[in-house]
Amino acid sequence: MNGLRIGLLLLALMGCLLLGLLAGSVSLPLTDVWNGLWHGGGAGGAIVRDLRAPRVVLAFLVGGSLGVCGAALQAMIRNPLAEPYLLGLSSGAGLGAVIAIASRAAGPWAVPLAAFLGALAAVALVYRLSLVSGRRLDPHVLLLSGVVVGAFAGALMSAVMVLSDAPGVRNAFLWLLGGFGAASWRALAVFSAYAVLPLGLLFYHARSLDLIALGDEAAHHLGAEVDRIRRVIYLSTALLTAASVATCGIVGFVGLVVPHAVRTTFRPLHRTLLPLVFVAGGCFLVLADVVSRTAVRPLELPVGVVTALVGVPLFALLLRRTLA
Amino acid sequence: MILEARSVSVRYRKGRPLALNQVSCGVNPGELVAVVGPNGSGKTTMLRALLGLLPLETGLALVDGRAVSQWSRRSLAQTVGVVGQQEETVFPLTVAETVMLGRYAYLGALGAPGVRDRAAVQTALERCDIVGLADRPVDSLSGGEWKRVRVARALAQEPRALILDEPTASLDVRHEMELFELVDHLVRDGLGGLIITHHLNLAARFSHRILLLDRGSVVATGTPAEVLNQETLSRVFDWPVAVTTWSDGSPQVMPLRPSDRTSTPDGPPPGRQMPSRKEVP
Repeated sequence: MNGLRIGLLLLALMGCLLLGLLAGSVSLPLTDVWNGLWHGGGAGGAIVRDLRAPRVVLAFLVGGSLGVCGAALQAMIRNPLAEPYLLGLSSGAGLGAVIAIASRAAGPWAVPLAAFLGALAAVALVYRLSLVSGRRLDPHVLLLSGVVVGAFAGALMSAVMVLSDAPGVRNAFLWLLGGFGAASWRALAVFSAYAVLPLGLLFYHARSLDLIALGDEAAHHLGAEVDRIRRVIYLSTALLTAASVATCGIVGFVGLVVPHAVRTTFRPLHRTLLPLVFVAGGCFLVLADVVSRTAVRPLELPVGVVTALVGVPLFALLLRRTLA
Repeated sequence: MILEARSVSVRYRKGRPLALNQVSCGVNPGELVAVVGPNGSGKTTMLRALLGLLPLETGLALVDGRAVSQWSRRSLAQTVGVVGQQEETVFPLTVAETVMLGRYAYLGALGAPGVRDRAAVQTALERCDIVGLADRPVDSLSGGEWKRVRVARALAQEPRALILDEPTASLDVRHEMELFELVDHLVRDGLGGLIITHHLNLAARFSHRILLLDRGSVVATGTPAEVLNQETLSRVFDWPVAVTTWSDGSPQVMPLRPSDRTSTPDGPPPGRQMPSRKEVP
């Protein structure tokens, strides 16, 4: 890894953040955006400071988190197709969040916790289902189980939303498709509070992920406490996914597209991979959000639609390659 | 003894027969012990039991005189290196990076590899004669090279014992011999070696002692000349064999064909009736 590549990445990061601040339903010239950002005044001060800036930062952090989740899950099940959405974590988290909203029990701080419980339940269920054919985990069976559990959680979510008359539920349909329309500094604070610990744990276990990716036996022989590491990774990715889903709904495929791009470019160890994936995932989701805001202006596409448009073709390509 | 099993019994599931039945064996530093036996005789199970990866029904598995269950995986990895049967890479690294993974047990979570780690990797690469491959991605290697990389990774652990599970499966003669010679050198330098293999003849030439397993029990243990006799092997492998002696004194095993019944080249006639055609697998 050389400095030039890191420099290019940082440049891309700056470009993405700037683009995120410039894009929106109201056109603001660059100077207004710049002044609004640093001085608060001017025509677009409120728009830039209270709407766009938190939105861009939130999209960046969520994208980075989902990317890191995907990379960690891929090492865990030794398959480049793993990611929170395809393994059913996102839908489980969505179901947890919807139930919390429908039961009117939940303030903004409680929704991520309910989503966390939902994500954990989904992981447990996916894991149980894929053990059916014996003790060994087949990654393709695991993915299939993830898709099935995801579909089931999706059906339950629809049922809860139709049956509930809680005021928040009406917006949930839109929120579930994924979007940063409701981004605010408070939403950013909530997300960050829940994301710091699992992100830290995943980065801390980067070296262990290299071993886990070799397979359990080899990891044991090289000195990894495989079962403990697996538990930490599952809990961390579930919490991180839950925080993301509670903040911006279900955004799929970030964890698939970004680690794949970084792995094929750099072929790095996880100590390098995870930070790269975090930055690249952040940029990717900021860009996807820009597209979602500008493609059909003045309407807004759900950002989950944009990531799916990129992610599904790549998934198909990878599926063909891993099955070949 | 660096590795020792004392009357180890293992059962995979309640109600199933024992996968290992009162197996005892030991490996001293500077000694190569070969574990041989038919498919499903419990060779790999024994390896897993020795490494504390299976619960024991009876007996004790000891590493350096201490029960393996009392070792942390990290300190165990600093003492015993293992080259497993097979390993497929999903996310390929370079050879140097792969061998550096052998230093995991010495590295903290966050620190970069230090001088000692790099030196250990360099030594391991040199011993396995793969210095020239250091920057190659491992998915571009041949089967023999990949085996060597995995041995180098185990050596980077700076272990005192090395366990190899069928290391030469699917290797051609040259790569197979190179690997056995490498293990021989390592053992001469003081490593305790345990090798699981189907190559009775190489086991006879390279190992100091042989452990012959059948259906989870020890059939024979001792020097190659003591263990590899015609009667026992024919019975255990359920196939007639003849045993001759190579010029260095090591026994060499030759499986027989039905046409050998009348004329065995040298050595005694087969100890078992030849199977009829339909018995032949």
